Amino acid sequence: MSELLEICEQIVSKAADNEQIEAVAVYSRETEVRAYEGEIESLTAAESHGVGIRVVKDGRQGFAHAGTFTSEDLVETLSEARDNLKFATPDEFCGITNSDGIKPAALDVYNDELGKVSTEEKVAMALELERCTREKDSRIIGVESADYSDSISESAVVTNTGIYASSKETGCSLTTYSLAEENGETQTGFGYSIGRRLDDLNIEKAAVDAVDRATRMLGATKPPSGRFTVVLDPWVSAQFLGIVGGTLNAESVQKGRSLFAGRQGEEVAHPSINLVDDPTNPESFTATSTDGEGLATRRNVLIENGRLNQFVHNSYTARKDGTSSTGSAIRGYSSTPGVGVQALAVTPGELSPEDLISQVSDGVLVQGVSGLHSGVNPVSGDFSTGAEGLRIRDGQLAEPVREFTIASTIQKMLSDVNGIGNDLQWLPMRAAGVTLVIGELTVSGA
Amino acid sequence: MNTRQELEPLLDADLLERSLEKALHKGGEFAEIFVEDRKGMSAVLDDGRVEELTSGRSRGAGIRVIVGETTGFAHTADLTARGIEAAVESAAAAARSGNRDNTSVKLGVENKNSSTVQMLPSMVEKSEKVALLTQANEIARSQKGEIAQVSVGYGDSRRRIQVANTDGLLASDDQIRTSFSVSCVAAGDTGLQTGRESVGHTIGFELFDEIDVEEIARKASQRAVTKLGAVPAPSGEMTVVVGPGGGGVLFHEACGHGLEADLVGKSASVFAGRRGEMVADSMVTLIDDGTMSGEWGCYAIDDEGHPAQRNVLIDKGELTDYMWDYLRARKEGRPSSGNGRRQSYEHLPMVRMTNTYLEAGSSTPDEIISSTEYGVYVAQLGGGQVNTATGDFVFGMTEAYLIENGELTSPIRDGNLIGNGPQALLDIDAIANDFAMGSPGTCGKDGQGVPVGDGTPTLRVGRLTVGGTAA
Repeated sequence: MSELLEICEQIVSKAADNEQIEAVAVYSRETEVRAYEGEIESLTAAESHGVGIRVVKDGRQGFAHAGTFTSEDLVETLSEARDNLKFATPDEFCGITNSDGIKPAALDVYNDELGKVSTEEKVAMALELERCTREKDSRIIGVESADYSDSISESAVVTNTGIYASSKETGCSLTTYSLAEENGETQTGFGYSIGRRLDDLNIEKAAVDAVDRATRMLGATKPPSGRFTVVLDPWVSAQFLGIVGGTLNAESVQKGRSLFAGRQGEEVAHPSINLVDDPTNPESFTATSTDGEGLATRRNVLIENGRLNQFVHNSYTARKDGTSSTGSAIRGYSSTPGVGVQALAVTPGELSPEDLISQVSDGVLVQGVSGLHSGVNPVSGDFSTGAEGLRIRDGQLAEPVREFTIASTIQKMLSDVNGIGNDLQWLPMRAAGVTLVIGELTVSGA
Repeated sequence: MNTRQELEPLLDADLLERSLEKALHKGGEFAEIFVEDRKGMSAVLDDGRVEELTSGRSRGAGIRVIVGETTGFAHTADLTARGIEAAVESAAAAARSGNRDNTSVKLGVENKNSSTVQMLPSMVEKSEKVALLTQANEIARSQKGEIAQVSVGYGDSRRRIQVANTDGLLASDDQIRTSFSVSCVAAGDTGLQTGRESVGHTIGFELFDEIDVEEIARKASQRAVTKLGAVPAPSGEMTVVVGPGGGGVLFHEACGHGLEADLVGKSASVFAGRRGEMVADSMVTLIDDGTMSGEWGCYAIDDEGHPAQRNVLIDKGELTDYMWDYLRARKEGRPSSGNGRRQSYEHLPMVRMTNTYLEAGSSTPDEIISSTEYGVYVAQLGGGQVNTATGDFVFGMTEAYLIENGELTSPIRDGNLIGNGPQALLDIDAIANDFAMGSPGTCGKDGQGVPVGDGTPTLRVGRLTVGGTAA
C-alpha cells in the first residue's frame, strides 16, 4: 500500500509550475481455480498492477497509462500525458480536484486472512462446489464451470492539489454453471456466493441455485406474445437498475444523453421507489471509501418517493453545474475519471417474493435476461431483452418459458413498478437486486 | 513510409528454452510462454471538444504449465530472467506435480511474421489524428436534422506477441489495428435517438486513405435523425431480412459460439455431436477465416503460435467442423485450427472466432425484400448474446424498418430479436449476392474480449421473434 502511494508521490513531485498532476496506481493479486469433472481444470495465480497519469495545464487535459512500474516507463508515461494535453480543446472546467475536507468512511472491506488461505484450501472449495452441483439432481449431466476466485486489491490516488488517498479491499466468490438434461433437451443455470472472507462463502447455496435454475427450466416452451405483469428476480432487477443508474449521471445529462435531463424534482418513478447509491455501505460488494479522484464516497439519494432528487457528479461535472462532487468518480488506472453510481439499491419493501407472486393472476417470473448491451438504448429509453423464466398462474409459479423477449421503455418500467420485495441481495456488480413487480411489459414469444 | 524494419525479439530464444526446461523439470508435461508488448493510443472528441488523448503501454508474459487435465497459469509484467523464472515456478506449482528428468527443450526455427502496414500509426503526428475527429464532428453536426450531440473516437494499437512451447514451437507476430467511430444523438418531439457508425481494420494509418471519415459521420447522423420518426418495433414471430454486412453477428451468435470446441467438449453446445449432419439449407456456407488480410479479426498466428486458417464450418448446409485451439486439438490428436486466442498475456487462451462470414448466394436483395409480405428489415445490428447449451440467442437492431407488402416502410425503434440457433439456421430461406463485411466487433467470452469481424450478404430468416412493444 505505502508502495503505491510512494509511486504516486514520486510522479506528482515532478509537477512543473502551473501544472496539475494526478497519479493513480493499482495493484491486485488474484487466484482463480476452475474445477471440471472432479479435477482442477485450471489454476491461475496472478498479480497485476498499473499506473495512470493525468496532467492538466491551461484548461487542457492529457492522460497516459502503463502496466508496469519501472522508472523508465513512469518517465515515459508522464511525458506522454504532457504531450497529449497539447491536443485537447481548452475547457474552463477542466481540472484536478481539490480535497473537499470530507473524511472517508472507515469501511471494513479488507480482510487480512484471505491472503493467508492456502492454495490447497481454495482448490478444495472449487472441487467441492463442482461435486456438490453435480450430485444435487440426477438430471444434472455436467457442470460447465465451477470456479473459486479471490482478489486482494489496493489503489492509491495522489495529486499536487491536496489529494492523498488510498483504499484496499478483499473479495472472494464461488460461481457455478450447471447443465441439466431431460428428454434430449439441455438447460443451464448458475449459482454464486460472494464475500470478503472464505467463511462468507456458501457452497451449498451456490450449488442449489445453479441446479434449481437449470432443472426448473426443463421442458420450457415459448410463451404467447402479449402484455403481462412481469416479476423480475433480484439478479435481473439489479441489471435493470444498473442501466437506470447509468442514466442518472451528470455527464450524460450535461451532454444531452440522458432521458432524465431537466427532470429534477419531477415524478419519474412509482412513488414507492427510493433509489439510493451508497458506496459507504459495507454490505455492498462494491463498497469503497474513496472514489476515482480520491474524494470520500457518500450516500446519495437519487430518487425519493418516485421523485428525481439528484444526479451523481465527479469534480468536473460538479464544477460545470456549480455544485459539489458527490464522490462518484469511477475509473480504472487506464482511464480518466468518469462518473457513475457505485453501489445502487432500491429500498426494499415489506413483502416476500412469494407474497408478491401470490398477487399475480397471470404473469411471468423472469430469472434471466440476455442482450442487455444490444437491445437496451439508455439514451432513447427503449428496453428489450431476451428472457427466460416461469409462468405465473393464479398466484402460483407454473410451467417454464424461454426464447421470448420482454420490452418497454426505461421511463415506463420505473412508473409501472407496483411491488418491491423484502429480499435485497448484494451482487458482484454496482447495483443490488430485489424482487420487482412491473405491472405491464410486452412479452414477445410465439 | 516503409515500416518493415527488423524488430528485436521480445525475449531471446535461450531464455525461452531455459525457462521451458525449468517448467518441465518441475513436472510439467507441456509448457508455453506467451510474451506480449502492447502500445496504443486513443483520442475522443465529445460535446464539441477534443476531451483527451490517451496513450497506453503494457507488456508481460503469461506462462502455462500443463499436467494431465490441469493447467497451471501465472503471468508477470517483469520480463527479466528473474521475473520469468518466478512466473514459471508459480505456474508449475499450480499444476502440482513431482519433478521430472527428461526435460530437454529445443525450439525450432522461429515463424516470424512482420506487419505489412504501410503507415505505422505511432509515426503519425497526433495533430493529424485529432484533425480527423474535428472533421467528422463538423460534418455530423452540419447534417440536416436535429443533431444534439456528437462523439467521435479514434484508436490505434500495436500488439507484438511471441510464443514458445515445449513442443519446440517458436513464433511471433506484429498486429496493428486502427479504428474510427462516430456516435450521434438526435433530439425531436419523440425524445432522443442515437446513431453510430464505426470502421476498424488490421492495418495502419493508411485506413484513412481507404475510408472517408465524412461518410462515416454522415451515416451516423442520418441514422439518428431517421430514428426520430421510428415507430415502436413489432412484437412476436415474423419474417426477418438482415441487410449486408452486419448480419454476421447473427451467425456469430446463432451458431459460431456453439461451434467452439471447448464448449462442444463440455456438452455445453447444441451442436455437439452433429458433425456431418445437414444443419441448414444447402445454400448456407459459413466460414471462419483468420487470414482475411486487413480485416478486424485477422492475424498471422493465434495466441498459441499457430498460423491463422480459413476454416469452413458449414459447407453447403453440412456441419463440417468445429473451431479448435491447441490444447483441445492436442487432446484429440488433431491439428489446431488456429483459433486459440486471449485478451492479453494476463489471460488463458481459449477457442475464439476470427472473421466469421456467410458466403454469397444467388438472389438479389430486391428479390428478397419484394417477396416478403410482412416482416422486419434489420439494416444495422448492435451485438448479441447466446446460451450455447440451449441455443437461444439474441441480437440487437440499431437500424431497422418494417417490411410491408414487399417494401421497406417505417423505421422502427431499437430492440432485441430472439431465436434458437439450430432452428434459425434451418429457417434461412434466401441469401443474396451482395456480400459485405460488417463493422469491427469485440467478442466477449468468459470475461475476455477479442477483436472479431463478420460479414454477410442480405439474407432472410423465415421466422424469428422480434422483441418490440407494438401490439
